[in-house]
Amino acid sequence: MESINAKYVSQKISKTKWRPVSHSDLQLPEIFATGSWDNEDNRISIWSIGSNLSTGMEDGFEGDPQLLCEHKHDGDVLDLQTISVSQLWARAHRYPCDNAPCTGVVCSSPEIVTVGEDGRIVVFRADQEGVVRVIENADSSTIHAVTYLRTTEILTVNSIGQLKLWDFRQQSNSPSQILSLSGDRVPLHCVDRHPNQQHIVATGGQDGMLCVWDVRQGNTPFSLMEAHTAEMWEVHFHPTNPDHLFTCSEDGSLLHWETSSHSDMPSFLQGGRNSSMVSRSAMAPAGGKQPLISAWLSGDSSKGRLETTHMLPSQTLSVNSLDVLGPCLVCGTDGEAIFVNRQVPV
Amino acid sequence: MEEVDVEPTITNIPAISDGKHMGFAWGPGDILVYETRYKASGASGSGCSFIHEIRKDEDIYSPILRKLFNESHHIFVGLQTIREDLPSKSKKPQFVSISKNYRSVIRACMEELQQVAGNTFENMLLLVSILLAIELIWNLCEVLFIDAAPAGSLLLHLLDWVRLHKADVDEKAREVLQSESPAEHRDYWDVVVSYVLQGRLEEVRQMLVKQANLQPAARSMYKQMDTLLSKMPFYNPGGTQTLTEFDVKWRHWHEEVDRCLQDNSFASNRHLELICKILLGDEDTLLDHKELLGTWYHFLVTRLLFCHPTVKLTELHYYAQSCMTMFLDSRSVPEPLDNILLAAFEFDIHQYCFHCEHVPIPSNGNKPFCPLNVCVMGSVVCLCVYLCFRFLQDYCAKGTFSDLDLIDNLGPAMLLSDRLTFLGKYREFHKLYGEKRFREAAKLLLSLMTAKIAPQSFWMTLLTDALPLLEQKEVIFTADQTYELMFCLEELTSSLNITASSTDRPMQEEDVEVTKVELLRLALARNLAQAIVKEGTVEI
Repeated sequence: MESINAKYVSQKISKTKWRPVSHSDLQLPEIFATGSWDNEDNRISIWSIGSNLSTGMEDGFEGDPQLLCEHKHDGDVLDLQTISVSQLWARAHRYPCDNAPCTGVVCSSPEIVTVGEDGRIVVFRADQEGVVRVIENADSSTIHAVTYLRTTEILTVNSIGQLKLWDFRQQSNSPSQILSLSGDRVPLHCVDRHPNQQHIVATGGQDGMLCVWDVRQGNTPFSLMEAHTAEMWEVHFHPTNPDHLFTCSEDGSLLHWETSSHSDMPSFLQGGRNSSMVSRSAMAPAGGKQPLISAWLSGDSSKGRLETTHMLPSQTLSVNSLDVLGPCLVCGTDGEAIFVNRQVPV
Repeated sequence: MEEVDVEPTITNIPAISDGKHMGFAWGPGDILVYETRYKASGASGSGCSFIHEIRKDEDIYSPILRKLFNESHHIFVGLQTIREDLPSKSKKPQFVSISKNYRSVIRACMEELQQVAGNTFENMLLLVSILLAIELIWNLCEVLFIDAAPAGSLLLHLLDWVRLHKADVDEKAREVLQSESPAEHRDYWDVVVSYVLQGRLEEVRQMLVKQANLQPAARSMYKQMDTLLSKMPFYNPGGTQTLTEFDVKWRHWHEEVDRCLQDNSFASNRHLELICKILLGDEDTLLDHKELLGTWYHFLVTRLLFCHPTVKLTELHYYAQSCMTMFLDSRSVPEPLDNILLAAFEFDIHQYCFHCEHVPIPSNGNKPFCPLNVCVMGSVVCLCVYLCFRFLQDYCAKGTFSDLDLIDNLGPAMLLSDRLTFLGKYREFHKLYGEKRFREAAKLLLSLMTAKIAPQSFWMTLLTDALPLLEQKEVIFTADQTYELMFCLEELTSSLNITASSTDRPMQEEDVEVTKVELLRLALARNLAQAIVKEGTVEI
């Protein structure tokens, strides 16, 4: 817990994202971007926690993020991605009479895919001025997030609880698959794909439930876990250690999920519904990982455990965004603070 | 708690002439104001084509203040999660540490503000002074409520508190000491007396040495004073001496000082005699030096130091009120800060909070701790009702529903509001009709009206929807159902008749309505006849 420090930045942070580092260099991530929201003037800011700055900072704490530069942004920053590009596509998302918020963006250089409140999916290329492809009426509700499943397939989640798979090789404008939870239509806010096993997808929604799906089988989630007591805003598999998963939520907590199964399959893929989660006090003892009492792991307990740890030292306002790269984690909150942890145990 | 009537601030709009009646409209962060033609008496005046926008000054300190708000909120929330099951003894160090953390946040904010001086100096001064006041109050609270020191230590903490918030003494002292001949500096004695008042006797002795060197003839007098000052007992909380032993020692010393005064040992030097009187805690002498004390709470602590150093927490309020009364003129009114501190000393938490709430603090209105979801449920329901209304309007205009997938997948959300339920059920009616399940469709349609799920404004549409069902070769509505439909129609037309008499509606529209009603009556009548016949028929 001591390795996390907070910086108060006078703006509510809606998005944080590490600048990617090349694996070959074995470098630790040093630079991250943040986007703000709910201000009259929102900003995108670039920060550095590296030690390669000039020695002008006498008593800045080691790892205290320093602002490198800022850029004004009209409207709330809803999503951030890193890509080398120098273009602006205006009015990508719109209603007949007005602009519509673009809620999500994902890149697989040079392709850029955006989704919006208008229910459209728009594809751009970094080197082209115009729009490459538009899927009109992809959804009659807001599409909250998008991610790549494979190079030619994307996944979107919307506010009526549906996970839709789109194949760009097909010409038609309808999804190749629709998956959803039966019963409640709970809006889904975030989606992420397992880095190695591309059929495994995690989503989080308004009820704070973490759902893990197998897109090859069936159209309902494989397992459901009550993760948070309020909306889950982001879910991320660790890019290089996918046994680790991170979620952050409106309830002010950031959870680190670790599976330590002996089998190849992560425990949350062993199916079932976990309806009990031990609630942890924020003042958990240092290194406090407590095994999860999970009803659905009854049977063969040697098959794996799921451990959950609170990453933030005490409860804050809504944690809106997180990003993890290597051993470094950054997150931003509605309490106008950025938390950086450089020693995430992965 | 009663509300205090605070006078609202008045802002003059220079561009609008005096005495003109203004109109206004609220904006997201501002207010639009314009001149109207209205006059209280006489003919209406001339208008003005200007609209004025009024908004609060750009608060350049708001990023710094926001940090203060957010960080202190975070500390406060962390405070709430301190484990309940721990005994209060082990919570105390945590509380003290949290309190110190909070104060350091305030101090950091003050420093940042001081760096951002800019040309709005007065504003900055005001802000800094308010933050200073906050830190002062908080520090006192830490001493009284959180640390809750026992007698003996309490005074020491109060002494620290006063010294921390009276930094001007050191500045003056530096000035004096850096001068050519400090003992002859005009502020020399002020500095010495200020040190005495704060109980910083070491510094007093060092200063007096310089004076003693200048007056070799009075050396013995200065030596005597020096001895007195060096012998003043201070309680040592960590030491082996008990409070009683300390008290005895102190009284002994106090008597010695009194003897010196009675003996006129310092009579020839008015300054030294003054110091002697202060050491005895003489009220009048202390009050003579109001400017050096500065505040009534300094007066309180000094008085306690030289009269009653073993003061207990519970005895504080006796002294606090009397000191404030004595110190403040009969003419001057206690300031909000004074009231807050007094309430703290009196351990009157309610009064304390009450006064705190009425200190005017300049803010930009952005409070990070607004409850986030207070209005969400309410607004969701309102939105639903509105959306339903729009859907239905759409349907009436186009004849089809848009966004069918949304309505089809309402799920349990349908029960959120009546309108939503109606929408869902109406869509179900259409589905049934499309599947040619006419009897079920008819039953559902009727229930929408009889169960009052449908808004009456929509009944005409529903009855019109019933027409094709009435016109079928096969009898769909039973006789009873037909009677009910007729009843609904009558209810509708009687309520419409009241409004139909107005001349607002154009003749054509009225004709259409009348024709519709007539068609319906005819269809209903025919259906009724057929139904009666069918139901009355007996198969032989």
